[in-house]
Amino acid sequence: MKVLVPIKRVIDYNVKVRVKPDNTNVDLANVKMAINPFCEIAVEEAVRLKEAGTATEIIAVSIGDKSCQEQLRTALALGADRAIQIDTDQNLDSLNVAKLLQKVVEEEQPQLVLLGKQSIDSDNNQTGQMLAALTGLAQGTFASEVKVEGDKVNVTREVDGGLQTIALNLPAIVTTDLRLNEPRYASLPNIMKAKRKPLDVKSAADFGIDLSARVNLLKVTPPAERQAGIVVESVDQLVEKLKNEAKVIS
Amino acid sequence: MSILVYAEHDNNTLKAETLKTVTAAQAIGGDIHLLVAGSNCQNVANEAAKVNGVSKVLVADNAAYEHQLAENVSLLVTELAADYEHIIATALTTGKNFMPRVAALLDVTQISDIIGVESADTFVRPIYAGNAIATVQSLDSKKVITVRATGFDAVATDGNAEIVALDNATDAGISSHVSDELTVSERPDLGAAGVVISGGRGMQNGENFKLLEGIADKLGAAIGASRAAVDAGFVPNDMQVGQTGKIVAPDLYIAVGISGAIQHLAGMKDSKVIVAINKDPEAPIFQVADYGLVADLFDALPELESKL
Repeated sequence: MKVLVPIKRVIDYNVKVRVKPDNTNVDLANVKMAINPFCEIAVEEAVRLKEAGTATEIIAVSIGDKSCQEQLRTALALGADRAIQIDTDQNLDSLNVAKLLQKVVEEEQPQLVLLGKQSIDSDNNQTGQMLAALTGLAQGTFASEVKVEGDKVNVTREVDGGLQTIALNLPAIVTTDLRLNEPRYASLPNIMKAKRKPLDVKSAADFGIDLSARVNLLKVTPPAERQAGIVVESVDQLVEKLKNEAKVIS
Repeated sequence: MSILVYAEHDNNTLKAETLKTVTAAQAIGGDIHLLVAGSNCQNVANEAAKVNGVSKVLVADNAAYEHQLAENVSLLVTELAADYEHIIATALTTGKNFMPRVAALLDVTQISDIIGVESADTFVRPIYAGNAIATVQSLDSKKVITVRATGFDAVATDGNAEIVALDNATDAGISSHVSDELTVSERPDLGAAGVVISGGRGMQNGENFKLLEGIADKLGAAIGASRAAVDAGFVPNDMQVGQTGKIVAPDLYIAVGISGAIQHLAGMKDSKVIVAINKDPEAPIFQVADYGLVADLFDALPELESKL
């Protein structure tokens, strides 16, 4: 079966982001960028499905300017077969991203779409669910286990109380949680090979979708800083402070 | 102007976080209705009717909603949405699962995880794991919103709303529930606890989490964990506190053997008082702690338990 993996270029998860002095947004100039960690898990899961003989072809897709080709090449090095860049300079809202992905799903007809559950920049956690709604497909979000069985996929989900397993009719949309797998590192030969794998570029404007913004970003500010605390010398002093100063225990 | 708030529950009890989401709805302003979608969920409906600030409780009690599958619940909420300008859910696993589906079906985007309300269309939300705070204005006619409960206080529960039974039974027929593997605990919910004590990689193994239990029992605390402890298999996933796990803001948060990665801080730094116990004086957790104790946790924890 064909698996589609949408991926996003985001700030590297080790980098602490800074807010611009004029409070218009965060400052991403000269910041290390990477494939969103949850998207990387989605790529890895697709590759494992192919290694297990379940998946036959893996297509990675990313929406953004030319720079996101870097992350598509990473996906190709990890094991995707081909890639599609949907070219746009706009910073699109999740709904518009989902609408573009819907068109790709209609064109490619994948049996399974694997996405990260959220991107670590906007922290929205919504694109996969929106894509599922637009395509009318079932969704398995926050997946920690994915098992394809016949014309269904069983997805074990990380939920507030523990784990929940649901069965979805295929084709289906699955979003990945942290413990679905541990992504591999791309080997040097595979990185070289990825350079020759096909990467199609399509213009977002050609999809005939109204991509106007749904949200105005009015301002971005740094979070309130916590007052520096004190180092206590002993457990006794800690208990005394919590009782008499912080008054949080009695 | 009317607001529909989705009640989080397990068919037996209303989750405490819903009381905070109602406060967010009050800040927007309007007639507030609570929707209880489930199966054999009359008890939840009765609890929901007592939530202050709510004028009506809509109850969709049907087998199709027993497990609150996103495909089915999103159809129900979308059907009801015609009468509301704001549709709001708590940013817990149920709300996070089905609400974006509702938004897409209504052709609007979702404003996720708000921690503040500026006006009926302008909201405050954390981005980049809480390292930046964005103020955003929704340009859509209907607002679909999820609320981070820790951003709001709870409303009281001495109200008396009207309960209205719905006969909706939307079953999309494309997904089904197989099984649940839920953690059984006598302790309070992480999201609702006044005190949380969490262990990290420094705990070394799952067995050592017992050292936290005695303290948790004395303080009436919930037990949490860092991602490192969950990934290492010490404890189950539902204990994870952090950017992608549970977001907590208790009166007292005790971090034990946790270094303090930004992803963990994102889940707990709004706690009122933070205590860090770590043997590494350079651990970043000390930068957000009100009280830091540089000590070996295997000495400090038994002593702390005995002195509480």
